[in-house]
Amino acid sequence: MVWLSILLGILFVVLGPVLGCLIAGADRIVTARMQRRQGPPLLQPYYDLRKLLEKDMRANDVVQLILLVMALVATVVGGVSFFAGASFLLCIFLETLASLLYIVAASIGSSPFVQVGVQREILQVMCYEPMELLTAIGIYLHTGSYASGSLGAASVPMVMWLPLIFLSLLFVLTIKLRKSPFDVASSHHAHQEIIAGATTEMSGLTLAVIEVTHWYETVIVLGWVGMFFITSNPLSILLALLAVAIVYLLEIWVDNTFARVKWQVMLKGAWIVALVAGFVNFSPFFFVGTNGLLFF
Amino acid sequence: MSVMDKIASSKRESFITNSPWIIHYDAASCNGCDIEVLASLTPLFDVERFGVVNTGNPRHADIFLVTGSVNEQCKPVIEQIYNQMVEPKVVVACGICACSGGVFKQCYNTMGGIDQVIPVDVYVPGCAVRPQALIDGVVKAIGILRAKREAMLDGKPVPTPALRVGAELEVVRHSPDDEPAPTGADASDAAKETK
Repeated sequence: MVWLSILLGILFVVLGPVLGCLIAGADRIVTARMQRRQGPPLLQPYYDLRKLLEKDMRANDVVQLILLVMALVATVVGGVSFFAGASFLLCIFLETLASLLYIVAASIGSSPFVQVGVQREILQVMCYEPMELLTAIGIYLHTGSYASGSLGAASVPMVMWLPLIFLSLLFVLTIKLRKSPFDVASSHHAHQEIIAGATTEMSGLTLAVIEVTHWYETVIVLGWVGMFFITSNPLSILLALLAVAIVYLLEIWVDNTFARVKWQVMLKGAWIVALVAGFVNFSPFFFVGTNGLLFF
Repeated sequence: MSVMDKIASSKRESFITNSPWIIHYDAASCNGCDIEVLASLTPLFDVERFGVVNTGNPRHADIFLVTGSVNEQCKPVIEQIYNQMVEPKVVVACGICACSGGVFKQCYNTMGGIDQVIPVDVYVPGCAVRPQALIDGVVKAIGILRAKREAMLDGKPVPTPALRVGAELEVVRHSPDDEPAPTGADASDAAKETK
């Protein structure tokens, strides 16, 4: 089991960015097809990354790059913790640390667009953090442990016990993946009110590091979706992959169909959904005990 | 081929041609060319096929598309955007006004084409510039981008060549020494005939 954990951890470190890159490429193609365009090649995000590495880097401060590399390392370590079956709690804390490092790194920029983007990032962290913690509590109630590996011993998928937690995690996922209606009017869209938000003053290598971090992050949050379907049956992995694919297509569809909302709506929506889902979904556990497995 | 050669050649391998990100600025344009620039992003032309992204951010952009002629008010803005862009970068003058000043060339408030302010690499004439010509211009710009990258690798100064897209649409350049002509295309034809 230890060797399997180590293998899974190494696989995540190596294949994480590859998978993240392919997902980003597929995302752009599907988005284009939804808008009746042909769209870029599948490997476009990889080309973009290589191009960024060829460009000169003009940084506000070298500290910015150091902080962003630290954010990348925190993301990767958190992901390894999750995919190797260690602690889910450690994973979400390291993800939060990565977000904070990113915020600190970005706020070095003096442009007003950067400042607006950074404020928005802080609000986003505030929106999705409660839901991530509730998901961790959900894992504990379901398996009696915070280890994501303990889901591999479960007889029923977690989504059976925690359907509302799953749905509200999807809500939060839209914020995490930076998709409409919870994204900002920044570049890579036709509307560019705040230019590129937090990354406005970054270029070349700094931007490339952010891109890779985002690929890892995508794989991790999709892993969170998949874990709701994992049981002791190995075939459940296929079910989890199918669920992840459907959820991601749904995210793209939502991204393309929903108008952008104000941050107040995002904050209220995320907190209300998290609190209602948490209360309603967790209340049966107060009567049946903390370990759902014992009861099945 | 030795390992070192392979490393050297892989370092020369360039992805800059696969991912041209553009920034678009309306200098003193009538918006005709701007509409055409944005039309290139629509499903009919879909420049994202070539990896083009309309970033709107000078720090991220590789290609600077400028429409319209230059006047005193937009001159500092053009200069600032150009200076904020990171090397390698190219400038594409979109439309006849951006190329030479067009029909506004001899107005007292117009300085002329974009090349009066910053070095222009590709001139794409037209009034308004057609999306096809624009895409052709961007493809030419990508070639120059690559040449600039090569020069950067060799440690040479970055070249700023001038290209003109659509040679059949010869741009007529007025100089202050020219006889004050009547207006537009008729005037230039008349000037040619007399020569």
